[in-house]
Amino acid sequence: MYGTRLRLLSTLTAAVLITAYALAAFTAPLDADQGFSQKIFYVHVPMAIVALCGFVFGGIMAIQHLRTRDPSYDLKSYVAIHLSVVLGVGVLLTGGIWARAAWGVWFEWREPTLVSFLIVFLLYCTYQPLRFSIEDPDRQARYASVFAITAGAFVPLNFLAVRLAQPYIHPRVLNDTGGALPTGMKIPFYLALVGMALLFVTLWKYEMAHKHSRAQLRALRRKLGGEAAGAGRTAAPQVHAP
Amino acid sequence: MSSGAAIAALLRKELLLERRVPQVIPGMALFSVVTYVVFRFGLDRTSVEGSLAAGVLWVTLLFAAMLGANRLYVTDHEEGGFDGFLLAPVDRTTLFVAKALAFGLFLVLVEIVAVPAFAVLLLGPGLGAAEVGRLAAVLALADVGIAVIGTLVGALAIQTRARDLILPLIALPMLVPVIISAAKATAPVLAASGAGGLPGRWIALLCLYDLVFGLLAYAVFDFLLED
Amino acid sequence: MAATPAIELAGLTRRYGERVALDELTLTLEEGRTLVVFGPNGAGKTTLLRVLATLLRPHAGTARILGRDIPQESWAVRGKIGLLTHEPLLYRDLSARDNLRFHARLHGIGLDRIEELLDAVRLPGRADDPLHAYSRGMVQRVAVCRAVLHDPPLLLLDEPRANLDPAAAELVEPLIGAASGRTRVLTSHDPAGGLAEADLALGLRGGRTALLAGAAEVDAAAIGALYADAPPPARTAGTARTGARP
Repeated sequence: MYGTRLRLLSTLTAAVLITAYALAAFTAPLDADQGFSQKIFYVHVPMAIVALCGFVFGGIMAIQHLRTRDPSYDLKSYVAIHLSVVLGVGVLLTGGIWARAAWGVWFEWREPTLVSFLIVFLLYCTYQPLRFSIEDPDRQARYASVFAITAGAFVPLNFLAVRLAQPYIHPRVLNDTGGALPTGMKIPFYLALVGMALLFVTLWKYEMAHKHSRAQLRALRRKLGGEAAGAGRTAAPQVHAP
Repeated sequence: MSSGAAIAALLRKELLLERRVPQVIPGMALFSVVTYVVFRFGLDRTSVEGSLAAGVLWVTLLFAAMLGANRLYVTDHEEGGFDGFLLAPVDRTTLFVAKALAFGLFLVLVEIVAVPAFAVLLLGPGLGAAEVGRLAAVLALADVGIAVIGTLVGALAIQTRARDLILPLIALPMLVPVIISAAKATAPVLAASGAGGLPGRWIALLCLYDLVFGLLAYAVFDFLLED
Repeated sequence: MAATPAIELAGLTRRYGERVALDELTLTLEEGRTLVVFGPNGAGKTTLLRVLATLLRPHAGTARILGRDIPQESWAVRGKIGLLTHEPLLYRDLSARDNLRFHARLHGIGLDRIEELLDAVRLPGRADDPLHAYSRGMVQRVAVCRAVLHDPPLLLLDEPRANLDPAAAELVEPLIGAASGRTRVLTSHDPAGGLAEADLALGLRGGRTALLAGAAEVDAAAIGALYADAPPPARTAGTARTGARP
C-alpha cells in the first residue's frame, strides 16, 4: 500500500532539507560576484533536476503502462508528471528571481538550461488539458502515456538543441554539473538535491495514497448502495479499487 | 497482404482525396502568403535577410504545417476511415507511414509555392542556384521531422475534444529543436553577404531529431489506434 | 454442416469508465447461424458488435471468434469479418468505385469483385459520382458492398436495413441475408422481423443479458418487453451519462 511509512519518510525529508538549507545559509561561502542572492541556487537547481527526473520517470511509467496495460502505471506516471509541473513553476519563479538579482533581468534567453526548461515546461503544461479533453478513460490513459513517452524522449534532445544554439558561453555562475563548485558549496548543494528528491518521493507517495483511498471510499459507498459521487469528467486516472 | 501494398493503397487514397477536394495544400499555401503580408506590416520591413529572413520563413512554414496537421485525420475521424482501416488485415503502423509520407509530400508541395513567394515578396538578397540547393536540403530534413511530429500529434489530437488547440500546444514546443536547427542552418544562406556554408552541426541535429522521433513515433503509433 | 462454433463468448465484459456497457455476456454461435441482438438504445448492442469486430478489447472474460482468441489473435481474424454499422465507413468525397477500390487494395483482393458487387446492388451507372451526392439508401448499398467485398465468413450487421426501401432491401438480401451462408450477428428493433431471421435471439438491457434462447422458443412479446419499461440502472454508480457512447 502507498500509505505505509509515510511518517518516517516525511520526517527524513524535513530533516535533510532543513540541514541542507541551514548549511547553505550559514556555512557555505558567499559567491564572490553575487553575494547572498546566489543562495537561491540551492533551491533552484535541485528543484530543476528533480522536476526533469520526474518527467523522465513519468515517461518510463508510461512505457510500463503501454506494455502491461496495468492502469496503476498510468496513475504513477500521472502523479509524477503532475508534481513535476508544479515543481516546474517553482523552478521558473526561482530562476526569474535569481536572474533578476544576478543579471538584472527576469528571464535570460542566453542561459540555455533555463530556456530548455521553459520549453519542456510549456510542453508538459498541455498534459493535463490533453487528458481532460478525452472522455473515454481507457483512451485517455493510453493517449496520455503516448504523450508522456514522446515528451520524455524530447527532454534530452531539447537540451542538446538549445545548448548547441549557444556557441558563446554566457558567464555561467551556475555550474549544474557541480564539478567546479568549491567544497563548501558542494555539500549543501548535494544535500539539497537529496532533500528535494526525497520531497518529490514523499509528495508522490502522499498523492498515490490519496488516490487509492479515494477509490476505496468510492467502492465502499457503492457497496453500501448509495448513489456514490459520480466520477464525472476528470483528467485524473481512475483507479478501480477491489 | 504486404505492408508495402497497404502503404501504397493508403497513400493513393490520401492523394485522391486531396485531388478530389483540394483543401490542405491550397489552404497551407495561401496561409503562408498571407502570413508574409502580416510579417511585412508586423515587422514594418519591406525586405528581410539573414537570421530575420530565416525566422520569418520558418515560423510561417511551421504554422502552415500546424494547419495541415490539423486536417490530416479529419476525414478518417468523421467518416469512419479509422474503423475501415482497422478491419483490414494489415499492420497498423502502415497508417503512420502512409500519413507521414502524405503529409511530407504536402509540405514539399506547399514549399514549392511558399518559398518562391517568400523570395519574391520579402527576401532582400536574391537566391542563386547554390543557395537554392542548400535551402532545399535543409527544407527536406526539416520536413521529415515536421511530418513525423505532425502525424503523431495529429493522431493524438484528433480524438480529443479540443483538437485545434491541443495539436499546436504539443507540436510547437516539440518542434523547437527543428526550428532552432533549420533557422540557424538557413540564416547564412539567406544573408546579404552571400551564401555561407551549411553548418554541419545543425544538419546533424536535424538528422538526429528525424531519426529519434521517427523511430519513437513508429513504435508508439499503434497505441493511438486500438480501443 | 459441422457444428463448429464461430463465436464463443464467456463472461465478456466491456466498460466505459465505470459504466458497464456489456456485462458478463456468455454465448456460443455455431457457424452459418444467425444471432439477432435486441435491446433499447444504449443496451450494449453496438458495443458487442465492435468487440466482435476486434475494434474494442474486452475488459474481462474471453472471446473466441472464428477459432481465435480476441484480442491476442485479433490479427488473424481481421479480414474475415464484414462490419456494417450506422456509419458507412466510406469517404464522402470519393466515389463508390474509388472507395471500394481502396478497401479492395487494403484487403488484397482483385478489383473485378467490385464491378460484380456494384452490378448486384444496381449502382454501376452512378459508381463514379462522389458519395455526398448519393441518397442515404444508396450510400447504405455501397456500404453493404464494402462489408462483403472480401467475402467474409462472419458478418456483423447493425440494423442493416434501416435506410433501405423494400426494393433495395431485396437487392442486398443475397449479400447479407440468410441465403449468403455466412455466420451473422445482427441487431434489430423489429421483434417479428428479427425473430424470423434468427437462429438464436439475445436480448440486452443495460448491458446485461435479459434473454438468450433459440429463436423458436421466443415470441415477439418477450422481445417487446425488453423495450417496455425503463432499463434497470447499469451496474455502477450513477455515472451513466447521456451522450456517452452506447
